[in-house]
Amino acid sequence: MEWLTMCAEFLKTGLFAVGGGLATLPFLTQIQEKYGWFTAEELANMIAVGESTPGPIGVNMATYVGFSSYGVLGGLLATFSLVLPSLIVIMVIARAMDKYQKNPMVQNMFAFMRPAVAGLIAAAGYSVLKIALFHPADTFWASVSWIAVAFYAVLVALLHLKPLKKLHPVVLIAAGAVIGVLLKM
Amino acid sequence: MKVLFDLFRAFFTIGALTFGGGYAMLPMLEREIVVKRKWCTQEDLLNYFAIGQCTPGIIAVNTATFVGHKVKGAWGSMIATLGVIAPSIVIITLIAMVLENFMDIDWVQHAFAGIRVAVCALITASVVKLFKSNVKKGWHIALAVVAFAVVAFAKLSPVYVVIACVVLSFIFGKKEAKV
Repeated sequence: MEWLTMCAEFLKTGLFAVGGGLATLPFLTQIQEKYGWFTAEELANMIAVGESTPGPIGVNMATYVGFSSYGVLGGLLATFSLVLPSLIVIMVIARAMDKYQKNPMVQNMFAFMRPAVAGLIAAAGYSVLKIALFHPADTFWASVSWIAVAFYAVLVALLHLKPLKKLHPVVLIAAGAVIGVLLKM
Repeated sequence: MKVLFDLFRAFFTIGALTFGGGYAMLPMLEREIVVKRKWCTQEDLLNYFAIGQCTPGIIAVNTATFVGHKVKGAWGSMIATLGVIAPSIVIITLIAMVLENFMDIDWVQHAFAGIRVAVCALITASVVKLFKSNVKKGWHIALAVVAFAVVAFAKLSPVYVVIACVVLSFIFGKKEAKV
């Protein structure tokens, strides 16, 4: 009955991941740590696949996680579980649209949620960082993958340059693959 | 019936042709929904987008649900949502099938090690952007740092952070109403 747990986890993600796309990431990290249906490395690979294929990232990730855990049916179940809560919530909101938008209580709620969501996504980024830039070793200094750190620093610096800001994620991911193979990372 | 089919087809196209999700979807939505089919106005679309951003779920799905609802009620919602997620399900399932057989090859592993670093850089850029637009005041920083710490180090579920924000907004909301 583990697939039931999986559906429940994705329903939870769909219900609490506010802010779309990457907002599902902290929840997926949590699922990974709690159940181990996929490894932390696989999660990082999934993000890459999710970002470089068409479609909403959250849906891509759910399909990928579901598929790698329980095959085709798993992919379908995870995706539908993820989508169901927002489908219901938005249908309700669409009916009461005007009232909802101007309600100060609701506006307050979003005002408090937005900074926290920024922190949540940062936490998810941190967990991906640990996998990409470090490898298991006895001491901290021995565990750092220096090539990866250097490559990361270069990419982050490049992304701050104006002309590269609008660079498509696929370009960066493709560059990552090429550098990874060339440097045998 | 024809409207439902059109809804499915329009959102299937959007799902199949937009990379990167979220904001990357806006131009496609504008073209398909506002200009080509006139299902809603530009302003409607931006409202849907804004609401989609602060309600649970994926923005693209939320927007599809909204537009579908406007065009054809509850059925419209469901068909539009199905349309936008269908391409992902097919494409990702195919990729996942192929990847599992190739993951053992040496150079594929090297490639993914490099890709993971690129993903880190992408997430870093997104986080910087998010902080710039959403974390402006002292209490914003406090909230963001606490949310980061309890999830990254205390391994608490993000669910509690979202619930805590709702509770906090009820308690302290009035003072900070205009943020």
